Amino acid sequence: MTDVLAHLRRRERWGVAEIAFWLALVAGIVAFPARAGLVNEALIAGLFALSLDLILGLTGIVSLGQAAFFGVGAYTAAILANAGYHDPLLGVLAAIVPTALIGFLTAPLLLRGSDLTRLMVTMGVALMLGELANREDGLTGGADGLNFTVAPLFGRFAIGSFGEGPRNAALFSLAVLFALLFVARRLARSPFGISLTAVRENRLRAGALGISAAWRIVAIYTISAAFAGVAGALLAETTQIASLDLFEFHRSANVMLMLIIGGAGYLYGGVIGAGVFILVRDVVSAETPEYWEFWIGLMLVALVLFGRERLANLVRLRR
Amino acid sequence: MKAAILISALALGVVPAMAEDVTVGMILPMTGPSASTGKQEKAGAELYIAQHGDKVAGKTIKLLVKDDTGAADVTKRLAQEAIANDHAAALMGFGLTPLAFAVAPIATEAKVPEIVTAAATAVITEKSPFIVRTSFTLPQASAPMAQWAAKNGIKKVVTIVTDYGPGLDAEKWFGETFKHEGGEIIEAIRTPLKNPDFAPFLQRVKDDKPDAVFVFVPSGFGAMVMKQFIEQGLAKAGVKLIGTGDVTDDDQLNGMGEAALGVVTAHHYSASHDSPENKAFVTAFEKANGFRPNFMGVAAYDGMALLYHALEATKGATDGAGLIEAMKGAKWMSPRGPVEIDPDTRDIVQNMYVRKVEKKDGQLYNMEFETIPMVKDPFKATKK
Repeated sequence: MTDVLAHLRRRERWGVAEIAFWLALVAGIVAFPARAGLVNEALIAGLFALSLDLILGLTGIVSLGQAAFFGVGAYTAAILANAGYHDPLLGVLAAIVPTALIGFLTAPLLLRGSDLTRLMVTMGVALMLGELANREDGLTGGADGLNFTVAPLFGRFAIGSFGEGPRNAALFSLAVLFALLFVARRLARSPFGISLTAVRENRLRAGALGISAAWRIVAIYTISAAFAGVAGALLAETTQIASLDLFEFHRSANVMLMLIIGGAGYLYGGVIGAGVFILVRDVVSAETPEYWEFWIGLMLVALVLFGRERLANLVRLRR
Repeated sequence: MKAAILISALALGVVPAMAEDVTVGMILPMTGPSASTGKQEKAGAELYIAQHGDKVAGKTIKLLVKDDTGAADVTKRLAQEAIANDHAAALMGFGLTPLAFAVAPIATEAKVPEIVTAAATAVITEKSPFIVRTSFTLPQASAPMAQWAAKNGIKKVVTIVTDYGPGLDAEKWFGETFKHEGGEIIEAIRTPLKNPDFAPFLQRVKDDKPDAVFVFVPSGFGAMVMKQFIEQGLAKAGVKLIGTGDVTDDDQLNGMGEAALGVVTAHHYSASHDSPENKAFVTAFEKANGFRPNFMGVAAYDGMALLYHALEATKGATDGAGLIEAMKGAKWMSPRGPVEIDPDTRDIVQNMYVRKVEKKDGQLYNMEFETIPMVKDPFKATKK
């Protein structure tokens, strides 16, 4: 028993590599403000991938509809800002409410059936919400999208496309990502998180141990939805636009790609995968804007063939 | 200390040297559902540079093509980076309406011209004083179609448009013009933007028994409408198919087969347009790319032509306000015919052609048979 506790405590500790990882990100943003926009996009994609990791990596629930929550979060921030509530922090926090609610209400759909059913159900929810946003064009701007502005963060740090804006935006996204990764880390290593692993490994056996899989799936899906919603709100606020493509299938598919590139199940995989994906896309598409997808595809095949988590092992964040 | 001054002087010296380059940030959907737009636009802009050389008014034009995958947040970031990092003197492209909207605040703030060569919702040019357009607007194509239909024995029409900005523009301007000319709109149908299946809508059209059905769909969906129009037996039931030129897009027309023969559309460009400028353009375009130019290709070609014109007028000065002033009222001979930038609206003024799909040299073409000269965007004309 003491061995188990000691093991759990050891897992809880922050490693040197982990701390270095965050410091490197801060240093990167400050040192290269010209690429802050790109870093910001990667950080937000990383948070979005983290939200998927909570359900896919920790709990083994597949989803091709994470974009539903990403979109709802983005439009929540955009609609609030348009209604005069310009504070970026408020927008990010407000995005949690509707996304968690939709996550909670749709989670029961995931309890029955196979993985294939879950892929279809989650995809369907994203399609429906996307169409709803298209239909409610009085609120969402429909296919034209919604342009808006947000106030400076804490009344001082302007975020957006001009001057210091991209740098501040990237630092803001980094802070939010750090806070949520901290929460996810605590969550994953708590008894609740460990019971999720039990559900992932063998649902029947977990049930026999007295772990109610259904409630745990509903709870983690709700949390994951809120994480995705925050990521969406961050993207909307830092680019100051929300458009219907936020709900589109390619967003859900790309985020799964990112998670697979980085490796699922240990929380940093999504962040690293998103960074690799967006960096490779930027470099390759500057050379061949038409065919960069080919190289990403090739990279994915290579990763899956030669060990999908090798990328992450290289930086030794995995234990 | 001296060394420091020397270094900063050298550094300063580099800046004017770099200023000999004029960078154009061309932001397009090169992948994803609108990739065909990106492919045509890139080819059009590159052809203009290849034909006219990359030197204009002592400056060297550098074209940077970026893929925004059709996502507005990426478009916005790429525009910001093109201006901040690559010192772009102009932005060009923008495949869809929300993508053009996304960049408007950046164009205004940075005072950099945004040359819209694709997105066709009428209001786009009103979003920033730095937006100029060389493609077309949907009211520009829809209103002439309605006038032609009313004059040619078509009394009752059902409209089918895709349910988003440009589609609503097309429905409104076709409908209002047609009613004004004494026609009747029996039903106005809107179809979803995603997962389009036109069969149930076309069945409703058949039940309505109109003289014609007016169709607008986004670039790339024309072939599907055509196929289902035949499958539903509308042609046999005596219903004519009319629309904006997006339906019989040059990019897809050959693949539609004999079914497309006789379809009448109104648009500003056909690859078969009979002029020496267009013959040279089409030949060079096909030789360089292996496919036929469509209205997107020609719009990007003209976007580049407009930028060259403006740079010549400013003698190579690249400040955004000066370039925009020089673009206002610019006139030139495009492959599509004579064109002009309306100084008041910064939108393009051009001929609209009524065309019928016919077979020429074993290939399908939109053959122009009627010209409505120098049409301004009717949306902005009514506002004054």
